[in-house]
Amino acid sequence: MLLKEIVQKLDLKVFTPEIDVERDVKDGYASDLLSDVMGGAKEGEIWITLQTHKNIVAVASLKDLAAIILVKGFEPDTDTKEAAVAEGIPLLGTESGAFELSGRLYNLFK
Amino acid sequence: MLSEFKIEGGDFTRAGYASSQIKKILKNLNVSPDVVKRVVVALYEAEVNIVAHAFKGVIVADISNSGIKLVLEDEGPGIPDIGMAMTKGYSTASQTVREMGFGAGMGLPNIKDNADRFEIVSEVGKGTRLSIEIDFL
Ligand SMILES: Nc1ncnc2c1ncn2[C@@H]1O[C@H](COP(=O)(O)OP(=O)(O)OP(=O)(O)O)[C@@H](O)[C@H]1O
Ligand SMILES: [Mg+2]
Repeated sequence: MLLKEIVQKLDLKVFTPEIDVERDVKDGYASDLLSDVMGGAKEGEIWITLQTHKNIVAVASLKDLAAIILVKGFEPDTDTKEAAVAEGIPLLGTESGAFELSGRLYNLFK
Repeated sequence: MLSEFKIEGGDFTRAGYASSQIKKILKNLNVSPDVVKRVVVALYEAEVNIVAHAFKGVIVADISNSGIKLVLEDEGPGIPDIGMAMTKGYSTASQTVREMGFGAGMGLPNIKDNADRFEIVSEVGKGTRLSIEIDFL
């Protein structure tokens, strides 16, 4: 599914309007533990987390993840946003918690 | 081909830099994507462990036609019980480090899962040396 569709259907906030959202998303991965994401997430997945610091961009970029969604209204740190733009990783946000958002995203993929 | 990177303990803002440089080099060399992915996971975890647990360290990456050898040597507290440290879920990470989402105790197991050959030598009070080898074929 295109990231653009996911942004629309889940009504996500876009923190990085500089980055295009035409890219393909293959699946989702929800975790707040960075080494769990390193070990378990796969290329093209969209990552759901409440971590807001810069290291999430490094992890997403190293793993070729499609984008990051910050839950519960969390906003990215300034240097996180800068790194995301530099690495081309879209940063998105929602007021929903990880449980609700994961369920809604899961349904989109069904 | 040899590349060298210096790592500062505690400096999370640069964590992952060496991994991303090595990823670029391997991609340019047309190393298969699956191998690049394994190198990236193993190197990132080893790099972050120096940042999270040691004072400072050096990474040397030796890339040949047949594979990559990564040697990470740090000055730090060392690991008293390597068997314990290798156990999934075991972590001595500080509260601050845990709040960032590190400290799941999965880094060393991730390295082992992704390496063809993996060795740790550590001396308490001095430091730790990791050797990680991944074959290209
Ligand atoms: N370079 C190192 N110097 C000193 N101790 C280390 C080093 N690397 C690992 N350790 C010890 O081994 C433990 C397990 O390491 P491991 O990478 O598996 O988990 P972690 O770093 O605690 O958490 P995670 O990697 O999941 O974020 C660490 O908590 C620490 O006690
Ligand atoms: Mg670790």
